[in-house]
Amino acid sequence: MDLISIILVIFYLMLTGYLGYLGYQRTKTAADYLVAGRSANPIVMALSYGATFISTSAIVGFGGAAASLGMGVLWLTVLNIFVGIFIAFTFLGNPTRRMGHHLDAHTFPELVAKRYDSRALQVLCALIIFCFMPLYAMAVMVGGAEFMAPIFRISYDAALYIFAVIVAAYVIAGGLKGVMLTDAMQGGIMLVGMAILLVATYGLLGGVTEAHSALGAMKDQVPGFLKAIGHQGWTAMPTFGFAEPGLAPPGGVAYHMWWILISTIVMGVGIGVLAQPQLIVRFMTVKSKQSLNRAAAAGGIFILFMTGVAFTVGALSNVYFSQKEQIACRIVDDAALLDPGPDGKGKLAQLPANASDEVKARAKRFVTYRLPGASDEAPLNYALWTDKTEIVRGEGDADDVLKPHLIAVLRSVGPGTTMQGNTDTLIPAYVRSAMPHWFGVVFMLTLLSAAMSTMSSQFHTMGTALGRDVFEQFARHEHGSKSIHVTRFAIVVGIVVALVMGKYVRGNVIALATAIFFGLCASSFLPLFVLGLFWKRMNKAAALTSLLVGFLTSALWLLFVNGKTAGGIGLCQAWFGKPNLVPATWSLTWTVVDPIVVALPLSFLAAVVVALATRPMDPAYVDYVYGGPKPKA
Amino acid sequence: MVLGIEDPGVWLAYLLSIAGAALCVGYGIVNWNKGEEPVQKEDVDWAKEEKTEVEDAV
Repeated sequence: MDLISIILVIFYLMLTGYLGYLGYQRTKTAADYLVAGRSANPIVMALSYGATFISTSAIVGFGGAAASLGMGVLWLTVLNIFVGIFIAFTFLGNPTRRMGHHLDAHTFPELVAKRYDSRALQVLCALIIFCFMPLYAMAVMVGGAEFMAPIFRISYDAALYIFAVIVAAYVIAGGLKGVMLTDAMQGGIMLVGMAILLVATYGLLGGVTEAHSALGAMKDQVPGFLKAIGHQGWTAMPTFGFAEPGLAPPGGVAYHMWWILISTIVMGVGIGVLAQPQLIVRFMTVKSKQSLNRAAAAGGIFILFMTGVAFTVGALSNVYFSQKEQIACRIVDDAALLDPGPDGKGKLAQLPANASDEVKARAKRFVTYRLPGASDEAPLNYALWTDKTEIVRGEGDADDVLKPHLIAVLRSVGPGTTMQGNTDTLIPAYVRSAMPHWFGVVFMLTLLSAAMSTMSSQFHTMGTALGRDVFEQFARHEHGSKSIHVTRFAIVVGIVVALVMGKYVRGNVIALATAIFFGLCASSFLPLFVLGLFWKRMNKAAALTSLLVGFLTSALWLLFVNGKTAGGIGLCQAWFGKPNLVPATWSLTWTVVDPIVVALPLSFLAAVVVALATRPMDPAYVDYVYGGPKPKA
Repeated sequence: MVLGIEDPGVWLAYLLSIAGAALCVGYGIVNWNKGEEPVQKEDVDWAKEEKTEVEDAV
């Protein structure tokens, strides 16, 4: 690391430590402001909310997905702003705050339990959160590790461990308390980092219109495996349609990309944000509707600069990698071979010394190189060889120059990935290659901030789910030391599970894991949350039915219908001997339709039908829920 | 063609993202001084319990 980078990292750590110290001294959490009858500065509140909302998952994972899928991913930004900020702040925030305070609820499962007078609902919600939130925490952790590894030239596993240690240290130091100033500082760093990234990218590519035009002109470079599923270029929406029943590939998969983009990425995450327990609880820490009105203004801008920039830059990285990337390096081998397996779809592996001619014939050619300053023991870098690859050999001690001329996805192909690459590495690779090293460090701090603020709320939510919402309900234990131990145990379990999953399921997982968790939350919680806020007729039976229908439909769909998750988990193969249960006579498009498309409407329908078909709750209790006096037992 | 993007499905998303942020700003400014509510006892009680039983538990 150079001097500037070291100074930046030390300054960041000192600032975090100082604000944490201030937090301890004056304990300025959102609750402190409320106790004092004041409200936090709206910009501080919006930055703090935004920093919790946006994580490395959005920037690295979905930014990488945009490098593959194109600028159509910006529809997720549209939903992030209209749904995640505007609707959440203007329609849901204040009723949530009022009901939460009136019922004295402090977690999402507790709010649900008190709204419906049901301990079972509290435990069920908490168990879903505790079991599945590690998936989202894993996505955030992988996003951080994928970035840290190339910047510090360490292995992915080492980066993952370091990241977990930093998170654990932050948690032990009191990071879970949600000190508003620390969160806001993290949000501020994220804003500055992403703004620089946007301006630098458009500057590098010659301007806004020029950059977009250059990306549009690359549509003939879309690789075959993406073209086959409907990719029409990075500035065009994928082909829309629903394959005819029984139609085999290629026709059967021709619309896959549209459904992955719209149903999983845009809807799954865009709608799912409304049912995120850690964000719902945030509304309760607000003083008044006025605070929410003011925070909405800053929140909209913040999200635009987070996901809008990440997705735009992710897509535009194709122009950079294809046309501008020049790597000053030491070429080690310009004809290194990696084997993609007999069917060409396996993970690329080194050829054994005694590889047969058949294996050599199917192997893919790569250029291997080391960056200036790297030792001879440092891991090699790989770039796929194509007929466009250019190498300029340096004279004497001068560096060689490699111009790979690859689109982004192919630039991420290397040992351990398939020929479809690993989009999770693309934003890190772009920042490392296109931006000066000092910005790489600034951006790492941006991502560290994004990860810390999100993970602290995730672990807070997981901890209280097991401690307060499950243990205290079963143990009938007054809030006390035993419950605190369970909460802390749950946090440690959450960190370890996220770490272990991150180690073993690397590669194109960030966006998928995030989308699964968001979709699961939306299908399970959204109807009972929203209807519970606004519809007095909504009762316990309806909420329980809706929760079970939403959760089970999502889970079964993920396990037995969705091609990617059912195939990845393998339960369907083990039980039924086939990768998914979609009948051969059905349309293949069903295998890429996200569970949210089916589970959320079913969950809403179940809630409404059961609420209308069963007896309303006790009018005195309903009156209490919506602001009336507490009924006598 | 808008901003170098040919497909209306994409440039619309680009512009709507910016419009959405502008809507949030406009809404925030128009309602800047609206919605102020006095802090009630239940709000303060809630915050006190949040501090002692939730924040201290982590």
